[in-house]
Amino acid sequence: MERKIRVLIGKPGLDGHDRGAKYIARALRDAGMEVIYTGIRQTPEAIANAAIQEDVDFVGLSLLSGAHGHLFPQVARLLREKGGDRIVLFGGGVIPEEDIPQLKEAGFRAIFTPGTSAGDVVDFICSEMENPS
Amino acid sequence: MMDHGSEETGQLADGVRSGDVLRIARALSIVENGHSTASSLMHSLFDPARREITIGVTGPPGAGKSSLTSRLISYWRGLHRRVGVIAVDPSSPFSGGALLGDRVRMQEHASDSGVFIRSMGSRGHLGGLAGSTRDALEILSAASYDPVIVETVGVGQAEVEVASLADITILVLVPGLGDEVQAMKAGIMEIGDVIVLNKADRPGIDQLEASVSASLEMMPAEAVRPPVIRTSAQTGEGIDDLTRLLSSMARDLANTDEVVRRRVSLTLESILRERGRELARRIVHREFHSTEEAVDSIIRGDTTPYEIGELIAGYTGTGERT
Repeated sequence: MERKIRVLIGKPGLDGHDRGAKYIARALRDAGMEVIYTGIRQTPEAIANAAIQEDVDFVGLSLLSGAHGHLFPQVARLLREKGGDRIVLFGGGVIPEEDIPQLKEAGFRAIFTPGTSAGDVVDFICSEMENPS
Repeated sequence: MMDHGSEETGQLADGVRSGDVLRIARALSIVENGHSTASSLMHSLFDPARREITIGVTGPPGAGKSSLTSRLISYWRGLHRRVGVIAVDPSSPFSGGALLGDRVRMQEHASDSGVFIRSMGSRGHLGGLAGSTRDALEILSAASYDPVIVETVGVGQAEVEVASLADITILVLVPGLGDEVQAMKAGIMEIGDVIVLNKADRPGIDQLEASVSASLEMMPAEAVRPPVIRTSAQTGEGIDDLTRLLSSMARDLANTDEVVRRRVSLTLESILRERGRELARRIVHREFHSTEEAVDSIIRGDTTPYEIGELIAGYTGTGERT
């Protein structure tokens, strides 16, 4: 049995706009990946628990509310605490350019801002799989 | 006998038994990916006499299997039991990918460390499950999750494999999903140890119950007729009746010789099927070099698939034919 790339797509925080998250989830599925979608309004704790239980390679967070500066690093910290430090994190949503360095500092390998094509995300995941950091 | 695998596999098995979440997750990936250590891992975890019970939840798409599963989790969590869930969704036959969304309906349990939920893509396996689902149930049981619930892909008329995996199978039906009788005529009724008529708050529930009763009456006289329970996962109606019934069934099953024998024979059957196919393929490759060349040989008229079948059945393992 061939190993599949497993990706968890989660929406932390309170915004209920999941179109972007679902769009990415479908695109990753169509690229042959197994995508675990957790739904909206998830706590960082719930997302980190799910990522560990599902033994995913990637966690992608989507957030449009502006709370990324707080919630994204929290997910990163919880994942590390729970032993999921080899899981690669990426994020997307309405995220100002000036916030990106801080998120990368917190452990996010990539941040996708509005206008990103699904293909960019697929390419990012494939290149991370080929050249793990 | 098989050696007990590498030290690493032994540690992994110990980690599973002690309930280490990271190791459980790793063990599930090993069986799911058919890793070379999967057999030795399962060899050390296999315990058909275990008291943990497995419950299958099956039924057509949209029957409310995930919502019902979520209700069942709440019930057992209320009794301070640790609950395991394997949720299977279909993989795309085109890309091989899968969108695994059952967690969305189990969100209220997402932060509960007493609940272990694992989503699986069916990865081309038919029957409403993934090829490694049986092993996944065994792993979560070995980690003392009790019960372990497996939720199948929405099944059609013939996908009933879950009944050969779980100790207790719940068939979930709902009013208004096309022609109700349709779902029953191909025999999927026979797979349920319990039949749940979900969405009982919807119109059409009486007709559904009538057609279910009618088809149960057509079962052979000596057959055990499954109890039928109306529920609404939405309002919670009937959930108490269902959980009471499941608890008493689980009590009756636990540690009986019957359940141990059933688990052993079903697991052995499954191994014979999987490994037997591998063995048969190897024999064909030995005789014809490849399956392709066997096909060529059949097309040339040198042999037939049936003669190859006889060849396999008569194989002695010494290269001689009986």
